[in-house]
Amino acid sequence: MWAALRCVVMRDLTLAMRRRADVLTTLFFFVIVVSLFPLGVGPEMDTLRLMGPGVVWVAALLASMLSLGRLFSGDYIDGTLEHLVLAPQPLTVLVLGKIVTHWLVSGLPLVLIAPLLGIQYGLSADALWVLVLSLILGTPVLSLIGAVGAALTLGLRGGGVLVSLLVLPLYIPVLIFGAGAVDAQVTGLGPQAHLSLLGAFLVPALVFAPWAAGWALRISLE
Amino acid sequence: MNWGSAGEFFAMGGYAFYVWGSFGVTALFLLVEVVMVVHRKRTIVQRLGRRMRMQAEVKQ
Amino acid sequence: MAVRQINWFKFSSPATFYPLAGKLIPYFAVLAVVLTVIGLYLGFFVAPTDYKQGEGYRIIFIHVPAAWMSMFIYVVMAAYAGMGLVFNTRLSSLMATALAPTGALFTFLALWTGALWGKPMWGAWWVWDARLTSELILLFLYIGFMSLKAAIDDPRRAARASGLLAIIGVINVPIIYKSVEWWNTLHQGATIKSSGTSMETTMLTAMLMMSLAMWMYTIAVVLARVRCEILEAERDTEWVATELSKSP
Repeated sequence: MWAALRCVVMRDLTLAMRRRADVLTTLFFFVIVVSLFPLGVGPEMDTLRLMGPGVVWVAALLASMLSLGRLFSGDYIDGTLEHLVLAPQPLTVLVLGKIVTHWLVSGLPLVLIAPLLGIQYGLSADALWVLVLSLILGTPVLSLIGAVGAALTLGLRGGGVLVSLLVLPLYIPVLIFGAGAVDAQVTGLGPQAHLSLLGAFLVPALVFAPWAAGWALRISLE
Repeated sequence: MNWGSAGEFFAMGGYAFYVWGSFGVTALFLLVEVVMVVHRKRTIVQRLGRRMRMQAEVKQ
Repeated sequence: MAVRQINWFKFSSPATFYPLAGKLIPYFAVLAVVLTVIGLYLGFFVAPTDYKQGEGYRIIFIHVPAAWMSMFIYVVMAAYAGMGLVFNTRLSSLMATALAPTGALFTFLALWTGALWGKPMWGAWWVWDARLTSELILLFLYIGFMSLKAAIDDPRRAARASGLLAIIGVINVPIIYKSVEWWNTLHQGATIKSSGTSMETTMLTAMLMMSLAMWMYTIAVVLARVRCEILEAERDTEWVATELSKSP
Protein backbone atom coordinates (compact mmCIF):
# COMPACT_ATOMS: atom_id res chain seq x y z
CA MET A 1 0.00 0.00 0.00
CA TRP A 2 2.85 2.34 0.87
CA ALA A 3 4.53 1.42 -2.38
CA ALA A 4 1.39 2.35 -4.31
CA LEU A 5 1.10 5.63 -2.47
CA ARG A 6 4.74 6.49 -3.07
CA CYS A 7 4.50 5.49 -6.69
CA VAL A 8 1.53 7.81 -7.34
CA VAL A 9 3.16 10.68 -5.47
CA MET A 10 6.47 10.32 -7.32
CA ARG A 11 4.76 10.04 -10.70
CA ASP A 12 2.58 13.10 -10.13
CA LEU A 13 5.50 15.09 -8.74
CA THR A 14 7.56 14.26 -11.81
CA LEU A 15 4.68 15.34 -14.03
CA ALA A 16 4.29 18.57 -12.06
CA MET A 17 7.99 19.31 -12.32
CA ARG A 18 7.79 18.89 -16.10
CA ARG A 19 5.19 21.64 -16.16
CA ARG A 20 6.60 24.05 -13.64
CA ALA A 21 4.64 26.97 -15.08
CA ASP A 22 1.40 25.54 -13.67
CA VAL A 23 2.82 25.49 -10.15
CA LEU A 24 4.07 29.04 -10.46
CA THR A 25 0.73 30.27 -11.81
CA THR A 26 -1.03 29.23 -8.60
CA LEU A 27 1.66 30.86 -6.51
CA PHE A 28 1.59 34.13 -8.43
CA PHE A 29 -2.19 34.19 -8.30
CA PHE A 30 -1.95 33.98 -4.52
CA VAL A 31 0.64 36.76 -4.34
CA ILE A 32 -1.27 39.05 -6.69
CA VAL A 33 -4.63 38.63 -4.95
CA VAL A 34 -3.09 39.38 -1.56
CA SER A 35 -1.28 42.41 -2.97
CA LEU A 36 -4.42 43.81 -4.57
CA PHE A 37 -6.29 44.27 -1.31
CA PRO A 38 -4.27 47.21 0.04
CA LEU A 39 -4.79 48.92 -3.33
CA GLY A 40 -8.52 48.53 -2.94
CA VAL A 41 -8.79 49.32 0.76
CA GLY A 42 -6.07 51.88 1.30
CA PRO A 43 -2.61 51.76 2.79
CA GLU A 44 -3.47 52.43 6.47
CA MET A 45 -1.37 49.92 8.37
CA ASP A 46 -3.89 49.57 11.21
CA THR A 47 -6.69 48.49 8.89
CA LEU A 48 -4.37 46.20 6.99
CA ARG A 49 -3.11 44.56 10.16
CA LEU A 50 -6.70 43.75 11.07
CA MET A 51 -7.52 42.40 7.61
CA GLY A 52 -4.23 40.64 6.93
CA PRO A 53 -4.98 37.13 8.24
CA GLY A 54 -8.37 37.03 6.59
CA VAL A 55 -7.07 38.28 3.25
CA VAL A 56 -4.20 35.81 3.17
CA TRP A 57 -6.54 32.98 4.06
CA VAL A 58 -9.21 33.89 1.49
CA ALA A 59 -6.51 34.17 -1.17
CA ALA A 60 -5.15 30.76 -0.14
CA LEU A 61 -8.66 29.31 -0.46
CA LEU A 62 -9.05 30.72 -3.97
CA ALA A 63 -5.57 29.67 -5.08
CA SER A 64 -6.04 26.13 -3.80
CA MET A 65 -9.43 25.96 -5.50
CA LEU A 66 -8.09 27.22 -8.83
CA SER A 67 -5.56 24.44 -9.04
CA LEU A 68 -8.18 21.74 -8.35
CA GLY A 69 -8.99 21.52 -12.05
CA ARG A 70 -5.59 19.92 -12.70
CA LEU A 71 -5.98 17.31 -9.96
CA PHE A 72 -7.73 14.67 -12.04
CA SER A 73 -8.36 16.21 -15.47
CA GLY A 74 -4.99 15.34 -17.04
CA ASP A 75 -5.33 11.69 -16.07
CA TYR A 76 -8.97 11.73 -17.12
CA ILE A 77 -8.20 12.97 -20.62
CA ASP A 78 -5.39 10.51 -21.34
CA GLY A 79 -7.25 7.58 -19.79
CA THR A 80 -4.86 6.96 -16.89
CA LEU A 81 -7.64 7.53 -14.42
CA GLU A 82 -9.62 4.53 -15.64
CA HIS A 83 -6.57 2.35 -15.07
CA LEU A 84 -6.18 3.77 -11.57
CA VAL A 85 -9.81 2.90 -10.80
CA LEU A 86 -9.32 -0.64 -12.13
CA ALA A 87 -5.97 -1.14 -10.38
CA PRO A 88 -5.75 -3.88 -7.72
CA GLN A 89 -4.55 -1.35 -5.14
CA PRO A 90 -7.33 0.35 -3.18
CA LEU A 91 -8.51 3.48 -5.00
CA THR A 92 -8.59 5.42 -1.73
CA VAL A 93 -4.81 5.09 -1.38
CA LEU A 94 -4.17 6.12 -4.98
CA VAL A 95 -6.46 9.14 -4.59
CA LEU A 96 -4.70 10.04 -1.35
CA GLY A 97 -1.44 9.99 -3.26
CA LYS A 98 -2.81 12.42 -5.83
CA ILE A 99 -4.12 14.70 -3.06
CA VAL A 100 -0.76 14.65 -1.28
CA THR A 101 0.93 15.71 -4.49
CA HIS A 102 -1.67 18.42 -5.06
CA TRP A 103 -0.88 19.81 -1.64
CA LEU A 104 2.90 19.57 -2.16
CA VAL A 105 2.60 21.38 -5.48
CA SER A 106 -0.06 24.00 -4.77
CA GLY A 107 -0.44 24.13 -0.97
CA LEU A 108 3.09 24.03 0.36
CA PRO A 109 4.39 26.92 -1.81
CA LEU A 110 1.58 29.09 -0.42
CA VAL A 111 2.62 28.20 3.12
CA LEU A 112 6.23 29.10 2.38
CA ILE A 113 5.50 32.45 0.78
CA ALA A 114 2.78 33.49 3.24
CA PRO A 115 5.15 35.10 5.81
CA LEU A 116 6.41 37.42 3.10
CA LEU A 117 2.87 38.52 2.35
CA GLY A 118 2.14 38.82 6.06
CA ILE A 119 4.93 41.37 6.32
CA GLN A 120 3.14 43.46 3.69
CA TYR A 121 0.26 43.62 6.16
CA GLY A 122 2.40 44.55 9.12
CA LEU A 123 1.91 41.32 11.04
CA SER A 124 4.28 40.73 13.96
CA ALA A 125 6.77 37.85 13.99
CA ASP A 126 4.60 35.80 16.35
CA ALA A 127 1.57 36.34 14.17
CA LEU A 128 3.56 35.27 11.13
CA TRP A 129 4.48 32.01 12.84
CA VAL A 130 0.87 31.33 13.68
CA LEU A 131 -0.12 32.17 10.11
CA VAL A 132 2.34 29.60 8.76
CA LEU A 133 1.23 27.01 11.29
CA SER A 134 -2.44 27.55 10.53
CA LEU A 135 -1.74 27.28 6.80
CA ILE A 136 0.24 24.07 7.30
CA LEU A 137 -2.70 22.53 9.14
CA GLY A 138 -5.42 24.09 6.98
CA THR A 139 -4.27 23.88 3.36
CA PRO A 140 -4.20 20.03 3.37
CA VAL A 141 -7.86 20.12 4.41
CA LEU A 142 -8.55 22.39 1.44
CA SER A 143 -6.85 19.93 -0.92
CA LEU A 144 -8.74 17.01 0.63
CA ILE A 145 -12.19 18.60 0.42
CA GLY A 146 -11.40 20.05 -2.97
CA ALA A 147 -10.51 16.62 -4.33
CA VAL A 148 -14.08 15.46 -3.74
CA GLY A 149 -15.43 18.47 -5.63
CA ALA A 150 -12.94 17.96 -8.45
CA ALA A 151 -13.91 14.30 -8.72
CA LEU A 152 -17.64 15.11 -8.81
CA THR A 153 -17.24 17.70 -11.59
CA LEU A 154 -14.82 15.63 -13.65
CA GLY A 155 -15.18 16.31 -17.36
CA LEU A 156 -18.20 18.61 -17.07
CA ARG A 157 -18.75 21.74 -19.10
CA GLY A 158 -17.87 24.75 -16.93
CA GLY A 159 -16.44 22.41 -14.31
CA GLY A 160 -14.11 25.11 -13.02
CA VAL A 161 -16.86 27.48 -11.94
CA LEU A 162 -19.02 24.64 -10.71
CA VAL A 163 -16.32 23.25 -8.46
CA SER A 164 -16.02 26.62 -6.72
CA LEU A 165 -19.75 26.58 -6.07
CA LEU A 166 -19.56 23.13 -4.51
CA VAL A 167 -16.35 23.48 -2.59
CA LEU A 168 -16.23 27.04 -1.24
CA PRO A 169 -19.11 26.65 1.25
CA LEU A 170 -17.39 23.57 2.64
CA TYR A 171 -14.15 25.55 3.06
CA ILE A 172 -15.79 27.97 5.49
CA PRO A 173 -14.86 26.24 8.78
CA VAL A 174 -11.21 26.08 7.71
CA LEU A 175 -11.29 29.76 6.78
CA ILE A 176 -12.85 30.72 10.12
CA PHE A 177 -10.36 28.84 12.25
CA GLY A 178 -7.35 29.52 10.05
CA ALA A 179 -7.80 33.27 10.02
CA GLY A 180 -9.13 33.11 13.57
CA ALA A 181 -5.90 31.55 14.84
CA VAL A 182 -3.87 34.53 13.64
CA ASP A 183 -6.49 36.95 14.96
CA ALA A 184 -6.40 35.25 18.34
CA GLN A 185 -2.61 35.59 18.40
CA VAL A 186 -2.82 39.29 17.51
CA THR A 187 -5.46 40.03 20.13
CA GLY A 188 -3.60 38.05 22.76
CA LEU A 189 -6.08 35.23 23.24
CA GLY A 190 -3.60 32.59 22.14
CA PRO A 191 -4.06 30.48 19.01
CA GLN A 192 -4.00 27.02 20.62
CA ALA A 193 -7.75 26.41 20.50
CA HIS A 194 -8.01 27.41 16.84
CA LEU A 195 -4.98 25.41 15.81
CA SER A 196 -6.12 22.28 17.60
CA LEU A 197 -9.52 22.57 15.92
CA LEU A 198 -7.80 22.87 12.55
CA GLY A 199 -5.91 19.71 13.43
CA ALA A 200 -9.20 18.13 14.41
CA PHE A 201 -10.55 18.91 10.91
CA LEU A 202 -7.46 17.48 9.26
CA VAL A 203 -7.67 13.99 10.78
CA PRO A 204 -11.22 13.04 9.71
CA ALA A 205 -10.71 14.78 6.38
CA LEU A 206 -7.59 12.67 5.84
CA VAL A 207 -9.58 9.51 6.52
CA PHE A 208 -12.86 10.25 4.73
CA ALA A 209 -12.08 12.65 1.91
CA PRO A 210 -9.90 10.28 -0.19
CA TRP A 211 -12.55 7.62 0.20
CA ALA A 212 -15.35 9.98 -0.81
CA ALA A 213 -13.26 11.29 -3.71
CA GLY A 214 -12.66 7.72 -4.85
CA TRP A 215 -16.36 7.08 -4.74
CA ALA A 216 -17.02 10.26 -6.68
CA LEU A 217 -14.45 9.20 -9.31
CA ARG A 218 -16.23 5.87 -9.75
CA ILE A 219 -19.54 7.70 -10.19
CA SER A 220 -18.01 10.09 -12.72
CA LEU A 221 -16.30 7.37 -14.75
CA GLU A 222 -18.96 4.69 -14.97
CA MET B 1 -58.99 40.70 19.28
CA ASN B 2 -56.04 43.00 18.72
CA TRP B 3 -57.36 45.46 16.19
CA GLY B 4 -59.90 48.24 16.49
CA SER B 5 -60.33 48.73 12.75
CA ALA B 6 -59.15 47.43 9.41
CA GLY B 7 -56.87 50.45 9.06
CA GLU B 8 -55.19 49.63 12.32
CA PHE B 9 -54.74 46.05 11.16
CA PHE B 10 -53.04 47.09 7.94
CA ALA B 11 -50.87 49.66 9.72
CA MET B 12 -49.41 46.91 11.97
CA GLY B 13 -48.43 49.39 14.63
CA GLY B 14 -46.09 51.20 12.25
CA TYR B 15 -44.41 48.03 11.04
CA ALA B 16 -46.66 47.65 7.99
CA PHE B 17 -43.81 47.66 5.45
CA TYR B 18 -41.82 45.00 7.26
CA VAL B 19 -44.70 42.72 8.22
CA TRP B 20 -46.54 42.90 4.89
CA GLY B 21 -43.26 42.78 3.02
CA SER B 22 -42.49 39.47 4.71
CA PHE B 23 -45.92 37.91 4.40
CA GLY B 24 -46.53 39.27 0.92
CA VAL B 25 -43.28 38.07 -0.59
CA THR B 26 -43.68 34.67 1.06
CA ALA B 27 -47.20 34.29 -0.32
CA LEU B 28 -46.12 35.49 -3.74
CA PHE B 29 -43.15 33.13 -3.99
CA LEU B 30 -45.10 30.11 -2.78
CA LEU B 31 -47.82 30.87 -5.34
CA VAL B 32 -45.25 31.30 -8.09
CA GLU B 33 -43.73 27.94 -7.17
CA VAL B 34 -47.13 26.23 -7.40
CA VAL B 35 -47.82 27.85 -10.77
CA MET B 36 -44.40 26.83 -12.06
CA VAL B 37 -44.86 23.20 -11.03
CA VAL B 38 -48.35 23.03 -12.55
CA HIS B 39 -47.08 24.61 -15.75
CA ARG B 40 -44.14 22.22 -15.90
CA LYS B 41 -46.44 19.24 -15.50
CA ARG B 42 -48.64 20.48 -18.33
CA THR B 43 -45.74 21.05 -20.76
CA ILE B 44 -44.26 17.63 -19.97
CA VAL B 45 -47.57 15.89 -20.60
CA GLN B 46 -48.02 17.82 -23.87
CA ARG B 47 -44.49 17.07 -25.02
CA LEU B 48 -44.67 13.38 -24.17
CA GLY B 49 -48.09 13.15 -25.83
CA ARG B 50 -46.66 14.62 -29.03
CA ARG B 51 -43.74 12.22 -28.85
CA MET B 52 -46.07 9.26 -28.47
CA ARG B 53 -48.22 10.28 -31.44
CA MET B 54 -45.11 10.82 -33.53
CA GLN B 55 -43.76 7.38 -32.68
CA ALA B 56 -47.16 5.84 -33.45
CA GLU B 57 -47.13 7.47 -36.88
CA VAL B 58 -43.64 6.24 -37.58
CA LYS B 59 -44.73 2.69 -36.75
CA GLN B 60 -47.64 2.88 -39.20
CA MET C 1 -41.98 -9.18 7.45
CA ALA C 2 -42.16 -10.46 3.92
CA VAL C 3 -45.42 -8.59 3.34
CA ARG C 4 -43.89 -5.34 4.51
CA GLN C 5 -40.93 -5.78 2.22
CA ILE C 6 -43.15 -6.32 -0.78
CA ASN C 7 -45.18 -3.23 0.04
CA TRP C 8 -42.07 -1.15 0.40
CA PHE C 9 -40.75 -2.12 -2.97
CA LYS C 10 -44.14 -1.75 -4.53
CA PHE C 11 -44.39 1.89 -3.50
CA SER C 12 -40.77 2.61 -4.29
CA SER C 13 -41.43 1.77 -7.91
CA PRO C 14 -42.19 4.92 -9.92
CA ALA C 15 -45.05 3.23 -11.78
CA THR C 16 -47.06 2.70 -8.58
CA PHE C 17 -45.89 5.84 -6.83
CA TYR C 18 -46.94 8.16 -9.65
CA PRO C 19 -50.73 7.60 -9.34
CA LEU C 20 -50.48 7.34 -5.54
CA ALA C 21 -48.77 10.74 -5.34
CA GLY C 22 -51.43 12.16 -7.66
CA LYS C 23 -54.16 10.98 -5.29
CA LEU C 24 -52.38 12.35 -2.20
CA ILE C 25 -51.63 15.86 -3.49
CA PRO C 26 -55.16 17.32 -3.04
CA TYR C 27 -55.33 16.17 0.59
CA PHE C 28 -52.05 17.82 1.49
CA ALA C 29 -52.95 20.95 -0.45
CA VAL C 30 -56.24 21.29 1.41
CA LEU C 31 -54.51 20.66 4.74
CA ALA C 32 -51.94 23.32 3.88
CA VAL C 33 -54.63 25.91 3.13
CA VAL C 34 -56.66 25.07 6.26
CA LEU C 35 -53.61 25.16 8.53
CA THR C 36 -52.43 28.44 6.98
CA VAL C 37 -55.80 30.03 7.68
CA ILE C 38 -55.76 28.79 11.29
CA GLY C 39 -52.13 29.84 11.73
CA LEU C 40 -52.66 33.32 10.29
CA TYR C 41 -55.78 33.79 12.38
CA LEU C 42 -53.95 32.81 15.55
CA GLY C 43 -50.93 34.86 14.55
CA PHE C 44 -52.73 38.07 13.73
CA PHE C 45 -55.88 38.03 15.83
CA VAL C 46 -55.29 35.88 18.89
CA ALA C 47 -51.60 36.30 19.70
CA PRO C 48 -51.16 39.52 21.69
CA THR C 49 -48.86 42.39 20.80
CA ASP C 50 -45.29 41.86 21.99
CA TYR C 51 -44.46 44.35 24.73
CA LYS C 52 -40.96 44.88 23.37
CA GLN C 53 -41.21 44.59 19.60
CA GLY C 54 -44.77 45.78 19.06
CA GLU C 55 -46.49 44.35 16.01
CA GLY C 56 -43.22 43.87 14.17
CA TYR C 57 -42.62 40.57 15.91
CA ARG C 58 -45.42 38.96 13.88
CA ILE C 59 -42.85 38.26 11.17
CA ILE C 60 -41.79 35.40 13.45
CA PHE C 61 -44.82 33.41 12.27
CA ILE C 62 -43.23 32.89 8.87
CA HIS C 63 -39.57 33.55 9.57
CA VAL C 64 -39.02 30.77 12.07
CA PRO C 65 -41.13 28.13 10.25
CA ALA C 66 -39.35 28.97 6.98
CA ALA C 67 -35.96 28.62 8.67
CA TRP C 68 -36.99 25.31 10.22
CA MET C 69 -38.24 24.04 6.88
CA SER C 70 -35.07 25.09 5.08
CA MET C 71 -32.93 23.02 7.44
CA PHE C 72 -35.30 20.10 7.70
CA ILE C 73 -35.75 19.80 3.93
CA TYR C 74 -31.98 19.66 3.50
CA VAL C 75 -31.75 16.75 5.93
CA VAL C 76 -34.66 14.92 4.28
CA MET C 77 -33.13 15.58 0.88
CA ALA C 78 -29.79 14.13 2.00
CA ALA C 79 -31.58 11.11 3.49
CA TYR C 80 -33.32 10.42 0.17
CA ALA C 81 -30.06 10.98 -1.69
CA GLY C 82 -28.34 8.52 0.64
CA MET C 83 -31.07 5.93 0.09
CA GLY C 84 -30.73 6.46 -3.64
CA LEU C 85 -26.99 5.85 -3.45
CA VAL C 86 -27.06 2.85 -1.14
CA PHE C 87 -30.13 0.96 -2.39
CA ASN C 88 -29.96 2.28 -5.93
CA THR C 89 -33.64 3.18 -5.90
CA ARG C 90 -34.52 5.61 -8.65
CA LEU C 91 -37.46 7.09 -6.79
CA SER C 92 -35.41 8.32 -3.82
CA SER C 93 -32.99 10.18 -6.09
CA LEU C 94 -35.95 11.78 -7.85
CA MET C 95 -37.39 12.78 -4.47
CA ALA C 96 -34.09 14.44 -3.53
CA THR C 97 -34.16 16.39 -6.79
CA ALA C 98 -37.76 17.43 -6.23
CA LEU C 99 -37.06 18.65 -2.69
CA ALA C 100 -34.12 20.91 -3.54
CA PRO C 101 -35.93 23.87 -5.16
CA THR C 102 -38.52 24.07 -2.37
CA GLY C 103 -35.77 23.91 0.23
CA ALA C 104 -33.83 26.66 -1.50
CA LEU C 105 -37.00 28.76 -1.68
CA PHE C 106 -37.60 28.42 2.06
CA THR C 107 -33.96 29.31 2.72
CA PHE C 108 -34.36 32.43 0.64
CA LEU C 109 -37.61 33.31 2.43
CA ALA C 110 -35.97 32.83 5.82
CA LEU C 111 -33.23 35.25 4.75
CA TRP C 112 -35.70 37.72 3.28
CA THR C 113 -37.98 37.78 6.31
CA GLY C 114 -34.91 37.85 8.55
CA ALA C 115 -33.73 41.01 6.81
CA LEU C 116 -37.16 42.62 7.09
CA TRP C 117 -37.28 41.73 10.76
CA GLY C 118 -33.72 42.81 11.43
CA LYS C 119 -34.15 46.30 9.97
CA PRO C 120 -36.67 47.60 12.56
CA MET C 121 -35.32 45.50 15.45
CA TRP C 122 -31.55 45.72 15.02
CA GLY C 123 -31.41 48.73 12.75
CA ALA C 124 -29.78 46.90 9.85
CA TRP C 125 -31.01 44.82 6.92
CA TRP C 126 -28.20 42.41 7.32
CA VAL C 127 -26.29 41.46 10.44
CA TRP C 128 -23.52 38.86 10.50
CA ASP C 129 -25.44 36.96 13.08
CA ALA C 130 -24.54 33.27 13.42
CA ARG C 131 -27.97 32.07 12.37
CA LEU C 132 -28.38 34.40 9.41
CA THR C 133 -24.88 33.55 8.19
CA SER C 134 -25.48 29.81 8.44
CA GLU C 135 -28.74 30.24 6.58
CA LEU C 136 -26.86 32.02 3.79
CA ILE C 137 -24.35 29.17 3.61
CA LEU C 138 -27.24 26.70 3.49
CA LEU C 139 -28.54 28.57 0.45
CA PHE C 140 -25.12 28.14 -1.18
CA LEU C 141 -25.26 24.41 -0.45
CA TYR C 142 -28.69 24.13 -2.09
CA ILE C 143 -27.45 26.06 -5.12
CA GLY C 144 -24.40 23.78 -5.37
CA PHE C 145 -26.61 20.69 -5.28
CA MET C 146 -28.93 21.98 -7.97
CA SER C 147 -26.10 23.25 -10.20
CA LEU C 148 -24.24 19.94 -10.05
CA LYS C 149 -27.42 18.09 -10.93
CA ALA C 150 -28.11 20.46 -13.81
CA ALA C 151 -24.56 20.31 -15.18
CA ILE C 152 -24.51 16.52 -15.68
CA ASP C 153 -26.34 15.22 -18.74
CA ASP C 154 -26.38 11.53 -17.88
CA PRO C 155 -29.30 11.16 -15.44
CA ARG C 156 -27.78 8.23 -13.57
CA ARG C 157 -24.49 10.01 -12.96
CA ALA C 158 -26.35 13.21 -12.07
CA ALA C 159 -28.40 11.42 -9.43
CA ARG C 160 -25.43 9.66 -7.88
CA ALA C 161 -23.02 12.62 -7.94
CA SER C 162 -25.52 15.06 -6.47
CA GLY C 163 -26.52 12.43 -3.92
CA LEU C 164 -22.95 12.12 -2.73
CA LEU C 165 -22.70 15.90 -2.57
CA ALA C 166 -25.87 16.14 -0.47
CA ILE C 167 -24.48 13.61 2.02
CA ILE C 168 -21.17 15.46 2.27
CA GLY C 169 -23.13 18.67 2.76
CA VAL C 170 -25.31 17.30 5.53
CA ILE C 171 -22.27 16.02 7.42
CA ASN C 172 -20.77 19.48 7.15
CA VAL C 173 -23.84 21.49 8.14
CA PRO C 174 -23.35 21.06 11.92
CA ILE C 175 -19.61 21.76 11.60
CA ILE C 176 -20.28 24.90 9.59
CA TYR C 177 -22.97 26.01 12.02
CA LYS C 178 -20.75 25.50 15.06
CA SER C 179 -17.79 27.30 13.49
CA VAL C 180 -19.93 30.24 12.42
CA GLU C 181 -21.30 30.44 15.95
CA TRP C 182 -17.77 30.42 17.38
CA TRP C 183 -16.66 33.05 14.85
CA ASN C 184 -19.66 35.19 15.75
CA THR C 185 -19.11 35.13 19.51
CA LEU C 186 -15.46 36.03 19.02
CA HIS C 187 -16.07 38.92 16.69
CA GLN C 188 -19.24 40.48 17.97
CA GLY C 189 -18.89 42.45 21.18
CA ALA C 190 -22.61 42.57 21.86
CA THR C 191 -24.22 39.36 20.71
CA ILE C 192 -27.72 39.73 19.42
CA LYS C 193 -30.13 37.55 21.30
CA SER C 194 -33.65 37.23 20.01
CA SER C 195 -35.93 38.42 22.77
CA GLY C 196 -38.87 36.42 23.99
CA THR C 197 -37.28 33.70 26.05
CA SER C 198 -40.68 33.02 27.52
CA MET C 199 -43.02 32.98 24.59
CA GLU C 200 -46.75 33.21 25.01
CA THR C 201 -48.52 29.92 24.40
CA THR C 202 -50.71 31.48 21.72
CA MET C 203 -47.62 32.74 19.88
CA LEU C 204 -46.07 29.29 20.06
CA THR C 205 -49.26 27.64 18.83
CA ALA C 206 -49.51 30.05 15.91
CA MET C 207 -45.91 29.36 14.99
CA LEU C 208 -46.44 25.61 15.15
CA MET C 209 -49.56 25.90 13.00
CA MET C 210 -47.65 27.87 10.39
CA SER C 211 -44.85 25.28 10.48
CA LEU C 212 -47.35 22.48 9.94
CA ALA C 213 -48.93 24.44 7.11
CA MET C 214 -45.55 24.85 5.43
CA TRP C 215 -44.96 21.14 5.92
CA MET C 216 -48.16 20.24 4.15
CA TYR C 217 -47.41 22.77 1.42
CA THR C 218 -43.95 21.25 0.94
CA ILE C 219 -45.30 17.72 0.72
CA ALA C 220 -47.93 18.75 -1.84
CA VAL C 221 -45.51 20.71 -4.02
CA VAL C 222 -42.76 18.11 -3.80
CA LEU C 223 -45.15 15.30 -4.72
CA ALA C 224 -46.31 17.35 -7.70
CA ARG C 225 -42.74 18.03 -8.74
CA VAL C 226 -41.62 14.44 -8.28
CA ARG C 227 -44.43 13.43 -10.63
CA CYS C 228 -42.84 15.68 -13.26
CA GLU C 229 -39.42 14.17 -12.55
CA ILE C 230 -40.86 10.64 -12.81
CA LEU C 231 -42.52 11.38 -16.15
CA GLU C 232 -39.30 12.77 -17.58
CA ALA C 233 -37.16 9.93 -16.26
CA GLU C 234 -39.52 7.16 -17.39
CA ARG C 235 -40.82 8.63 -20.61
CA ASP C 236 -39.97 5.56 -22.70
CA THR C 237 -41.73 3.03 -20.50
CA GLU C 238 -45.00 1.29 -21.17
CA TRP C 239 -46.76 2.58 -18.06
CA VAL C 240 -46.14 6.22 -18.88
CA ALA C 241 -47.74 5.65 -22.28
CA THR C 242 -50.86 4.14 -20.73
CA GLU C 243 -50.90 6.80 -18.02
CA LEU C 244 -50.81 9.56 -20.61
CA SER C 245 -53.50 8.02 -22.80
CA LYS C 246 -55.73 7.75 -19.69
CA SER C 247 -55.67 11.46 -18.94
CA PRO C 248 -55.69 13.61 -22.08
